Amino acid sequence: MKIVVIGNGMVGFKFCEKLIAKAQPQQFDIVVFGEEIRPAYDRVHLSEFFSGKTADDLLMSPFNWYTDNNITLHLSDPVTNIDRAAKTVTSHKGITENYDVLVIATGSSAFVPPIPGVEKDGVFIYRTIEDLELMQAYAKKAKKGAVIGGGLLGLEAAKAMLDLGITDTTVIEFAPRLMPRQIDEAASNILTNKLETLGLKIATSKNTSQILGDTAITGMQFSDDTNIEVDMLVISAGIKPRDEVAKLCGLEVGLRGGIVVNEQLQTSDASIYAIGECALYNGMIYGLVAPGYDMANVVATNLTAPPPLQREDLEPSINNDFIVSSSSIVPPLGDQGASFIGFDMSTKLKLIGIDVASFGDPFIQNKDTRTIVFEDTMKGIYKRINITGDGKYLLGGILIGDAEAYNMLLQTSKNKIVLPPNAEDVILGSRGGESEAGAGVLSLPDDAIVCSCESVTKAGICTAVSESGCETIDAIKKCTKAGTGCGGCVPMVKDLMLHTMKAQGKYVRNVICEHFDYSRQELLDLVKMDQLKTYDEVLDTFGKGDGCEICKPLVASVLASLWNDMILAKGNATAQDSNDRFLANIQKGGSYSVVPRIPGGEITPEKLIVIGSVAKKYNLYTKITGGQRIDLFGAHLSDLPKIWEELIAAGFESGHAYGKSLRTVKSCVGSTWCRFGLHDSVSFAIQIEERYRGLRSPHKLKGGVSGCIRECAEAQSKDFGIIATEKGWNLYVCGNGGSKPQHALLLASDLDSATLIKYLDRMLMFYIKTADPLTRTATWLNKMEGGINYLRNVVVNDSLGIGEILEQEMQALVDSYKCEWKEAIENPEIRKRFSHFVNAPEEKDPTMKFEPMREQKKVTDWK
Amino acid sequence: MEESTKNTSPNSSKPSITDDKYTWFFACDSADVPDNGGVCVKYNEDQIALFHFTRRGEWYATQNECPHRKQMALSRGMIGSQNDEPKVACPFHKKTFSLITGECLSGDECAITTYPVSVVNGKVYIGMPANNN
Ligand code: SRM
Ligand SMILES: Cc1cc2nc3c(=O)[nH]c(=O)nc-3n(C[C@H](O)[C@H](O)[C@H](O)COP(=O)(O)OP(=O)(O)OC[C@H]3O[C@@H](n4cnc5c(N)ncnc54)[C@H](O)[C@@H]3O)c2cc1C
Ligand code: SF4
Ligand code: FES
Repeated sequence: MKIVVIGNGMVGFKFCEKLIAKAQPQQFDIVVFGEEIRPAYDRVHLSEFFSGKTADDLLMSPFNWYTDNNITLHLSDPVTNIDRAAKTVTSHKGITENYDVLVIATGSSAFVPPIPGVEKDGVFIYRTIEDLELMQAYAKKAKKGAVIGGGLLGLEAAKAMLDLGITDTTVIEFAPRLMPRQIDEAASNILTNKLETLGLKIATSKNTSQILGDTAITGMQFSDDTNIEVDMLVISAGIKPRDEVAKLCGLEVGLRGGIVVNEQLQTSDASIYAIGECALYNGMIYGLVAPGYDMANVVATNLTAPPPLQREDLEPSINNDFIVSSSSIVPPLGDQGASFIGFDMSTKLKLIGIDVASFGDPFIQNKDTRTIVFEDTMKGIYKRINITGDGKYLLGGILIGDAEAYNMLLQTSKNKIVLPPNAEDVILGSRGGESEAGAGVLSLPDDAIVCSCESVTKAGICTAVSESGCETIDAIKKCTKAGTGCGGCVPMVKDLMLHTMKAQGKYVRNVICEHFDYSRQELLDLVKMDQLKTYDEVLDTFGKGDGCEICKPLVASVLASLWNDMILAKGNATAQDSNDRFLANIQKGGSYSVVPRIPGGEITPEKLIVIGSVAKKYNLYTKITGGQRIDLFGAHLSDLPKIWEELIAAGFESGHAYGKSLRTVKSCVGSTWCRFGLHDSVSFAIQIEERYRGLRSPHKLKGGVSGCIRECAEAQSKDFGIIATEKGWNLYVCGNGGSKPQHALLLASDLDSATLIKYLDRMLMFYIKTADPLTRTATWLNKMEGGINYLRNVVVNDSLGIGEILEQEMQALVDSYKCEWKEAIENPEIRKRFSHFVNAPEEKDPTMKFEPMREQKKVTDWK
Repeated sequence: MEESTKNTSPNSSKPSITDDKYTWFFACDSADVPDNGGVCVKYNEDQIALFHFTRRGEWYATQNECPHRKQMALSRGMIGSQNDEPKVACPFHKKTFSLITGECLSGDECAITTYPVSVVNGKVYIGMPANNN
């Protein structure tokens, strides 16, 4: 059977994909016409084109997917005519193809209101990659932007303007509030506030009467006699279904556009279907991708599955031939065929970083219903739910600022799940008690659609886990396609996966990798019990295979945390992470950095001179780091031992900038000089840094000591932060800078120095023993049940009775500290490894290139 | 103590031997290569990463350049296995490559060239394709 598809957008593509998946080999001959220059791409994530994605990144499938699946794809060639009597289509370029079944998936175009002046330069629509390229080119000379339309697409367009650097942008909405179709006034106010803090101007109840300017736009005139200056405008005021070819050949279209379809998505001509944004079902155009996918699925299903009646008739001889031999007829649609029965227009989006969701009936309000609203104007959070008068069922709602509960709420309303006695719990979260979300997922019926983009049910996901053995999100994505569309359901899919695995009696753990079936914590205990000392012993005893780049550094770190042997000692050298293996950080180009320890950031002039002269001698770039010390960059591998030899002779030692170990304890100048200083923060920082130097841990460790609450050492952003008080020191723990900054939390107050060190010993050792690999203390604490209260109980109240052991273990590590660079330069076996060529040890890597910059050097950029 | 790979091996320790398929050049003594680790060998203008996979009793050689950012670094990478396929992880971004086929095991980077290795009497030889013009 020959199928012609008009339109290669998101829905047209999805139709091909579904058809291929369901069809027998060679069952169909598929020809696709697309008007755009490239194969179907992800329009939903179009704005990411401005934040770094390329057109290729956005493709649904590359061009060769079509050839691989025997689909003939004509690009840049719109269909201009359909001859229904002859069953042929003709394209702009003059190609004529006959069809048995025709599928129209022409989507929609931007609706442009008839405002005088819309044709001027600088006025854009926002629908295709070409539109975006045009905007990008124009934006370079634009400063003042505007967007007509405060709906979903308009706000997307406003984000695009910000991404294009046009920060002075006004959003103009005709209705009295933003997103009038999805949210109510209170929600719109919250959203408006949030958008305004990002610099957008919001003008509601505004009607544009004219676009000003000669050839290019210079301003906009409104019907209330106001006007604004604008040099770039995007119109995003709605969509207009592309029904022109359908209309031309006499198919029935709606009054305001759209190709009329029935439940099987058939148009007024039974062998022509329409799907996606061009289809008008029950008087409605569905401007979202999920209903379009559902339509694609219905048609693909009906084309591939013959109705049950025929199947029964032919039962004894049913085989592939049957289907192939029916190739020239349109399969009649029995009552039992799949059908489209409308679609919930619930949506959740991230608009300019703000969660916005609405589901079910967001507005309903009458005497038979109740509405519960939660509003926090400070944080910009608004939640509204509408429930039945008896409080049993959820009818719909709106979430702004925090839409985490969206999936669960959507499912609760769709599946008519009975609400908890206090319905407000569903938006206020479970206040005390077991994790609500988990129980929630389980309460869904099996046929609840979890992934609406791909119509995957709860049962579909659970069986993928229990029967097909999919035990990772990736595996489930591959097997069911759930989560591959908008991605919104992924957290729920994960919950379902974990619950199913637990229900099967599987102990869900995060094992290290294919070579070790243990968590880091378990392995640490085992290694300790068996007193193992090398990577190979550990692999032989507890692992399998040959190891990899995940378990090797992990085991090496565990061994170092337990025994503190020289990390490059025979047997363990090549199990170290590549930086540890050469006791330095590798840089672009393959050179290394040298970071001597400068405890507390205090250094003598003599030592500064040594750093300067070593840097000069080996031609190193020098920079003061964010950690109060000096980094020397651009060292050749073979120079590292010589450089360290000189530094060590001058009294320096390794700064462990390369290791998952203590980096710096930052200090402020403290009471020795500062008029506010309460105690000597520098001395204390040096004492602490020297205590924990060389300590190997699951991730790097940083500390800080401030002499008073002014906090010049930024101690509260460190893994441990110490702040002087009138009576002693406050100890803060588990802070983090980095990409997800988090303030440290107060563990104990007004401590004397000895008690503080005792607590710190316990806390750090507890962290070393229990954290997952590559987990900073902040994340460790975030995952800890009971959080800071639990940690305080363990460390301060010794609730586990392990305080003393932890202190002893830490003391053993402190006592066995040696500078590993000193050991390395003194050991000829180790030293010999620091050369680029094994067969030409004196030669440096000739490919390494530097160039001058501001009187120093920099490495030549990589390609 | 000495391993010999499946490849035809040169039978003396002269610097370089040519058979019909490879020019075998002398790289280094086997003791120069760390257990379960790699070194970089200079061959004319080329850089070759040589690995002694002691755990498997195998030797491997590949180009030293990582195709991802064109860095001369693979010899400094960690070796290991993935479903029993021996591999090396580049120190820069941990892309991994099969030591047997050279194929990139972590997505789209292009493959690396691999070379046969032969060890005779503690001397390591690497085979360069013979009419490598
Ligand atoms: C040199 C330095 C930047 C500078 O010029 O100032 C630096 C340089 C690097 N940082 Fe950093 N960080 C430096 C201070 C910081 C700071 C500021 C501080 O310590 O006060 C932070 C935020 C504070 C924090 O860690 O909580 C910081 C957060 C990171 C992170 C993110 C950690 C996180 O938890 O999210 C990484 C990535 C990682 O470790 O996984 C990182 C990783 C790196 C690496 C090691 C990246 C790499 O793997 O090649 C950089 C190479 C250093 C080298 O080659 O020597 N660097 N890095 C600073 C060295 C400090 C020192 O003396 O040791
Ligand atoms: C910026 C933006 C953000 C969006 N965000 C979301 C979102 O967050 N969530 C959501 O659910 N939806 C979103 N949408 C809507 C979603 O993209 C559409 O619902 C979806 O693309 C519709 O798919 P379609 O195949 O019906 O139409 P389209 O993707 O428009 O595809 C139709 C294709 O047919 C081509 N065509 C038209 N006429 C012809 C012809 N005669 N011959 C050949 N080809 C022809 C067109 O050029 C086009 O390529 C967004 C849309 C935009 C523009
Ligand atoms: S912030 Fe990024 S680029 Fe700068 S030093 Fe740290 S890791 Fe390197
Ligand atoms: S340079 Fe090798 S992985 Fe990036």
